[in-house]
Amino acid sequence: MQLSRQAGTQGGRGGGTDALVVRGVSHAYGARKALDGVGFSVSRGSFTALLGPNGAGKTTLFGLVTRLIGLRTGTIEICGLNLAGARAKALAPLGLVFQQPTLDLDLTVRQNLFYFAALRNMSRATAQKRIIEELTRLDMAERVDERVRNLNGGHRRRVELARALLHDPALLLLDEPTVGLDVESRRRIVAHVHDLAEERGLGVLWATHLIDEVLPHDDLVVLNRGRVVASGKAVEVAREVGEDDLDGAFARLTAPEAGGTAESGRAGAAEAWRA
Amino acid sequence: MSAYGRALLGIMRREVLRFLQQRGRFIAALVRPMVWLVVFAAGFRSVLGVAIQPPYQTYITYDVYIVPGLIGMIQLFNGMQSSLSMVYDREMGSMRVLMTTPLPRWFLLTAKLAAGVAVSILQVYAFLAIAALLGIGFRWQGYVALLPALVLSGFMLGAVGMFLSSTIRQLENFAGVMNFVIFPAFFLSSALYPLWRMRESSVVLWQIASANPFTHAVELIRFALHGQANLTAAAIVAATFTVALALAMWGYDPSHGFSARRLRGGD
Repeated sequence: MQLSRQAGTQGGRGGGTDALVVRGVSHAYGARKALDGVGFSVSRGSFTALLGPNGAGKTTLFGLVTRLIGLRTGTIEICGLNLAGARAKALAPLGLVFQQPTLDLDLTVRQNLFYFAALRNMSRATAQKRIIEELTRLDMAERVDERVRNLNGGHRRRVELARALLHDPALLLLDEPTVGLDVESRRRIVAHVHDLAEERGLGVLWATHLIDEVLPHDDLVVLNRGRVVASGKAVEVAREVGEDDLDGAFARLTAPEAGGTAESGRAGAAEAWRA
Repeated sequence: MSAYGRALLGIMRREVLRFLQQRGRFIAALVRPMVWLVVFAAGFRSVLGVAIQPPYQTYITYDVYIVPGLIGMIQLFNGMQSSLSMVYDREMGSMRVLMTTPLPRWFLLTAKLAAGVAVSILQVYAFLAIAALLGIGFRWQGYVALLPALVLSGFMLGAVGMFLSSTIRQLENFAGVMNFVIFPAFFLSSALYPLWRMRESSVVLWQIASANPFTHAVELIRFALHGQANLTAAAIVAATFTVALALAMWGYDPSHGFSARRLRGGD
């Protein structure tokens, strides 16, 4: 089943070019194909959920967009800059939250954020101001001089989110950012990022395998076995697949092609929900 | 300030902060050479004198001879420690933050290297201060001339460590590399004994030690500490640095090097 939206043709709410355009991207690890002709776009001001089961290719796609993995086939454009031509410069409008925690545990929150600000060419004064602004929004300002080691998982994630927003990016990429968090922390982060997309006109690409993190009006790209199997508004994707909710649609879309059934896919989705 | 300058300062500041906050690492970095100086060299001092040979103009005691070797040891361990921290950073994910910075990768890796060198220089001067308190001092010109030598040797050892870190898949594999790199590099060099003494006992070992880049780093440091330049040693250290850095860049290139192969099997 393929419900595809053409990549990179429309400007988003923020106007101008799309925040992210992925066209015909393939990648293989030896003989194993991780991505096969993937294409979609993320508009400015939109929250796009990249939904796929484990092993679908989400992290590989993030690796390619962030240049941690070399792009061989296809094109990726970030705010109109072609990754192949602009190379490292194309990463400038990008804010990132990785699946793995990436804060330095031995440094304080402030020291971690200052380090990142220096990498993004921000002056100390500007960085200081932005650090407090972003941490305040996430109710973390009072923890600014605490060592990261002393923070719990949810608070560390908030600091990582604050860091990703420090340089006012146009595109925010989050790779399963709620893994290991409790329900309340997850809910807060999901809501905050939705607000950011709306208020700041930020393009958001949120990779997840957790269906409850996708809202009906979100843009949705469903990735399965390295291919985009559906895309569009979440509610429309569900409707076009003939299901009442996204749970059922996801189960149907990710059911194993050979010998699999929607029921077995649904079981997988239920598993994802429990995870 | 340019984006490059600001990033370089940020990377160096982080490395120094990490070093200062990891007190165990700071103490270990000083205790290791001090044990050699206080215990090993003191024992040999009474039985071993070193003949007159450049840069020395008179007979010297063994503890004076061993100081440049111990400085080299500090930088060698620091270079490997930095590469260990790069493997750790990569496993912990913080290397990703650096690698997704919108600056050229060669610059980011060189800046990371420079930060490690800065930390090693702090360690060396702290060690020299303690040695001076123990009565093993040098002329002030030597301390000044030492700085460029430390920069060059630190970059070489750091680049070798960086290349090694690009080839290591997991943190657990690092112990093996330490055994196969640090100990042969240190013992098969002029750090602990003059090469002519080694030649007397084994020509093969002497040839290996003569070809060992670490020997030349130690000799560069030794001459500098006595206010002299050893251009041959400097050239060999610079050449080794260039080759090691090129290999490290290749190793960290996502499309060609070891990093690309390591990512296989990801989601």
